[in-house]
Amino acid sequence: MATGSEGGDARRAEYWRRTVTVTAVLLAIWFVVTYVVAFFAKPLNEFSFFGFPFAFYMGAQGSLVIYLGIIFYYARYMNRLDKEFGVAEED
Amino acid sequence: MAAAAGGDFVSRLPRIYGMYTGGFLAFLVVLALAEHFFNLSDKTIGYVFLAATIGLYALIGVMSRTASSDEYYVAGRRVPAVFNGMATASDWMSAASFIGMAGTLYVQGYDGLAFIMGWTGGYVLVALLIAPYLRKFGQYTIPDFLGARYGGNTIRLIGVVCAIVVSFVYLMAQLSGAGLIMSRFLGIEMMWGIIAALGGVLVCSMLGGMRAVTWTQVAQYIVLIIAYLIPVVWLSIKVTGNPLPQFAYGGVLEKIGELEQQFGVAAGHVVPFARTDMANFLALTFCLMVGTAGLPHVLMRFYTVPSVKEARTSVGWALLFIFLLYFTAPAYAVFAKYAVYTDVIGKGLDQLPQWVAYWGKIGVVAVCDAVDAATTIKGCTAAGNGDGIVQLKELWLHGDAIVLATPEIAGLPYVISGLVAAGGLAAALSTADGLLLTMSNALSHDFYTKVVNPNASVVQRLTIARVLLVVIAAIAAYATIHAPATILQLVGQAFSLAASAFFPALVLGVFWKRANKAGAIAGMLVGFLLAGYYIGGVGWNFNGLFGVSFFPDPAPNPANPGVDGRWFGINAISAGIFGMPAGLLTMIVVSLLTKDTSPDIKAMVENLRYPRLSKA
Repeated sequence: MATGSEGGDARRAEYWRRTVTVTAVLLAIWFVVTYVVAFFAKPLNEFSFFGFPFAFYMGAQGSLVIYLGIIFYYARYMNRLDKEFGVAEED
Repeated sequence: MAAAAGGDFVSRLPRIYGMYTGGFLAFLVVLALAEHFFNLSDKTIGYVFLAATIGLYALIGVMSRTASSDEYYVAGRRVPAVFNGMATASDWMSAASFIGMAGTLYVQGYDGLAFIMGWTGGYVLVALLIAPYLRKFGQYTIPDFLGARYGGNTIRLIGVVCAIVVSFVYLMAQLSGAGLIMSRFLGIEMMWGIIAALGGVLVCSMLGGMRAVTWTQVAQYIVLIIAYLIPVVWLSIKVTGNPLPQFAYGGVLEKIGELEQQFGVAAGHVVPFARTDMANFLALTFCLMVGTAGLPHVLMRFYTVPSVKEARTSVGWALLFIFLLYFTAPAYAVFAKYAVYTDVIGKGLDQLPQWVAYWGKIGVVAVCDAVDAATTIKGCTAAGNGDGIVQLKELWLHGDAIVLATPEIAGLPYVISGLVAAGGLAAALSTADGLLLTMSNALSHDFYTKVVNPNASVVQRLTIARVLLVVIAAIAAYATIHAPATILQLVGQAFSLAASAFFPALVLGVFWKRANKAGAIAGMLVGFLLAGYYIGGVGWNFNGLFGVSFFPDPAPNPANPGVDGRWFGINAISAGIFGMPAGLLTMIVVSLLTKDTSPDIKAMVENLRYPRLSKA
């Protein structure tokens, strides 16, 4: 183990806890957008969205846009978290 | 592209590829003018396109030749996030995505969207669970990670075997895709098409390894995305006046709904679960996603970026570039369906647009109006009514016909058809490049260097790697030429295998320090073998082979009426829905029952979790 003060260890644990939290929250969104929407595809298709039936729209475009959002949000969040906790790579 | 010009080369990249794109578009215009003024034949245009692009990729390969192992295996780890994203996108998008996806959506409507979501949503898993940690680990291959994290050569070798099985199946599909494109556009035999395509791939990857493959894949992405977008944008302008097909097709979808009612179609394009039941739809989406996060040739790309930070962003770029194609594919399907419904259905045999006859000759379209159509016309499965008018059920379309015929449906010159062929070829070759490299690296690096001869010099290692590339390519070409046509089914099944074999070991390796060697070995074997067992029985009817009834019975099919060996009605392609959880569970249980990991391994995992952790 790398040697570290008590405070350093707690900070490290906190960094990892926040990493796991953001990962879990984003995966929950991913799950809802994909599987819950598909599960209710028949009733959801009754609604119209941009001229598309809603479930069809989500499968063809909406979920993809949200996946992109999740990944870029994660990258930004984590890159900031690295800086905040002093574990960012020097560049 | 001298290695010494490191930073300089990277900063010049946007300009290099900008000029390349401009040059490619200029080439297109010149060829279009030549077609118009000199009446170039279709075959000439086909040859010019395919020769020019393959030659170009080979040239990039020659320019990127290298003798350093960091360059050969991971492109010197200095590929910027955006360019790695582009390379990953073309590494990822195969012949099936380019040529087949729109066709699948045309045939299956809503149910085809499982592929769209599955093959994009998997990147969320790559981004959140794998890519940054793999980059922090910073070696060369996926078996490298397994070997270091769990310790020992057994797990490394299991990784090598799984990587080779998955990649080989996938490579065969790419080669047959490339061969098919060459034979359709040049009229040459499929075998020669495969050999010519492989030649281009080999020049590239043999000389420059990952470095050459990376810069070629970027070039291939640019060709394939231009080729994919031009025909459908044109068709969209023609039908709706809107140059953005992705936004314009909502209105067309409504018109299709009205036409479907007129034709008496029971379940329309947007109706969910009419062709696949919901359980299979959800299971397939899941397997494609998790499989994406377990495919070695894709994950390997994230070793090539300079830092963890860039790895995270790079997944986003990769998905953005993939997104450009995948959110266009449903529009392709809808516009093509509209064109077919208005220009073909209900028309007399003598009024059909030209493309029907043209692609009919190639064998991807068939008009089955004749009363003896089922026996006399290739592709037809039922007899027509012989009234001289094409009814909906009298038109047979192979899925590939959608992308191939759209340029003509849109009334574009043949040059654009040549461009589409070049795009499909780029998609097939870029994926083949990555797969070949994955397999030869698994054998040369993980098997030879790590297990057989750890003292091998750099020259020895790279020589072995290059020789293996040629050997694997030759075996793959032979296997593809002699394989049955149904081999394409294996591509989807490869995702289930990858999901079951790799995903649990990779993710638990980072997120659970307690995961140990025994658990990983048991988990990988159980996952991989269970998925293989299910696919073997349900998909390939292995049961009763050699007189042993060991495998499950096949899925219902005309040859075995009344037989259904599926578990919960799940199709073979989604075997990962059983394999992955079984592997995961096995890994957890066996890990808990056996000795805890050593402090060294715990420290290594700790180190993976933080981009920088030395100053503490």
